[in-house]
Amino acid sequence: MISKRVEKIPPSGIREFFDLVLSKPNIISLGVGEPDFIAPWRVRERAITALEEGFTSYTSNKGLKILRRTIASYLKKKYGLSYNPENEILITVGVSQGLDLALRTIIDPQDKVVVVSPHYVAYPALVELNLGKVVFLETTSQEGFKVNSKELHRILKKEKPKAIILNYPSNPTGVTYSKEELKKIWSVLSKEDVVVISDEIYGEIVYREPHIPLASLKGAKSKVILLNGFSKGWAMTGFRIGYACGPKKIIEGMTKIHSFNMLCAPIISQIAGDEALKCRGEVDAMVKEYRRRRDFIVKELNRIGLATVKPEGAFYCFPSLKKYKMDSLEFAKRLLLEEKVAVVPGKAFGASYQGFIRISYANSLENLKEAIIRIERFLKNCGS
Amino acid sequence: MDEILEILEENARISIEDLARLVKKSKKEVEEAIKKYEKKGIIAKYKTIINKGRLKEETPVVALIEVRVTPQKDVGFDNIAQRIYRFSEVKSCYLLSGTYDLLLVVEGKDIQTVARFVSEKLAPLSSVKGTTTHFMLKKYKEDGVIFVKEEKNKRLTITY
Repeated sequence: MISKRVEKIPPSGIREFFDLVLSKPNIISLGVGEPDFIAPWRVRERAITALEEGFTSYTSNKGLKILRRTIASYLKKKYGLSYNPENEILITVGVSQGLDLALRTIIDPQDKVVVVSPHYVAYPALVELNLGKVVFLETTSQEGFKVNSKELHRILKKEKPKAIILNYPSNPTGVTYSKEELKKIWSVLSKEDVVVISDEIYGEIVYREPHIPLASLKGAKSKVILLNGFSKGWAMTGFRIGYACGPKKIIEGMTKIHSFNMLCAPIISQIAGDEALKCRGEVDAMVKEYRRRRDFIVKELNRIGLATVKPEGAFYCFPSLKKYKMDSLEFAKRLLLEEKVAVVPGKAFGASYQGFIRISYANSLENLKEAIIRIERFLKNCGS
Repeated sequence: MDEILEILEENARISIEDLARLVKKSKKEVEEAIKKYEKKGIIAKYKTIINKGRLKEETPVVALIEVRVTPQKDVGFDNIAQRIYRFSEVKSCYLLSGTYDLLLVVEGKDIQTVARFVSEKLAPLSSVKGTTTHFMLKKYKEDGVIFVKEEKNKRLTITY
């Protein structure tokens, strides 16, 4: 009854663990992949007004012109990126849909797509649903979970992939790249015939250096699909609103599929997104708060023996369990049952990351403090 | 504004230890900075915002009082303001632009107490030309703190 294509997708190995977490009340959850803030009131108020004004219709397939224009001028002003709102920007239902559209548009069955690991759970699944073949490029904690350009070069030469998915700042590691590092990666990518899908949804949440979109590097725009949106930076996950920017031909292809399977993103969310780009202060305040928490949690995790690469973006970190020689699923289950703290096992982000857990610090400082006390106690009981 | 002040403004009871950790300074440095701010009067006072509406006992009556005054030669509004803000009933006192001059926040145990203060102390002052008293009915938000029940974040406990 079910297609081979869907059947082939392995059910997430940690689904059971998620169910276990959801069944437990009163836990401290460091497993939430979204901000603990509510969308800025300005944004919510604009959405309410839009409803009152009667905005309940479809929009053009590409999305509201005013939103595409606002996005274009935002990208221009913030990053010096020029996209034509007429044919180089598509409003999507979150980055998730943008990613699916991008893959559908560029890959044929059996085409290879490089996924940088540890990766966001949807990447390999979406590649396979589109009948592509996933090639993993694994990064290591020793190299700060950053792409090794020699390895990248080797894989590109050997596998001849049609596309590569990059994600920075990264879910699950929080690692991001400086301009110099990106240039190095781009110098490898630019020599090959490969489309880069760059998921930069956490680009608003960076701590040290400003975020640099890959497409802003010299010569990159013609081969890069930039995926972004409002979910993380503006705490608007439930609005399901994002956008894709790229070469006219690709965006046209994506729009074609979009016009059949989605028609358009919800109009209220589009109007809310337009308002979001006007509230800088709220985003800055959230980032400031995340930074404080990051500083706290990373220092504490390292102190209690969970070696953690310092993330420079997003609100995740990816500590290693090496010292405790425990499988991440086992670790997460026991931590949940014994100390009522939820984390996501590293296995979810790639087969090679059994020895890691993902911690989301999108949580109050009080909860983070309490969580550290509990994890420390748990580790003592485990013995190092 | 210094991050130390920002954090203290939000939570004056944070421990020096936590504060030092958040601003990535030593405990000593933070203590010294706070002392300096206290000395300069930049940190004016540490107080607790109490949502008195939630208390079972009777809560004091609060009134906002607009006062129109005649400014005096040389000292302007400062002298008359001082005469007024020295009353302990006056919790806050501001000089404003617009149709009146001073805005007072006055607290009393009941309406009569506030009314008596206005008619016996405030209105008779020679520089006071007139007053308008507004009794406060409900506090929704004070000093950035929302006093009515707000929606909680409705996130799932675990997501990718």
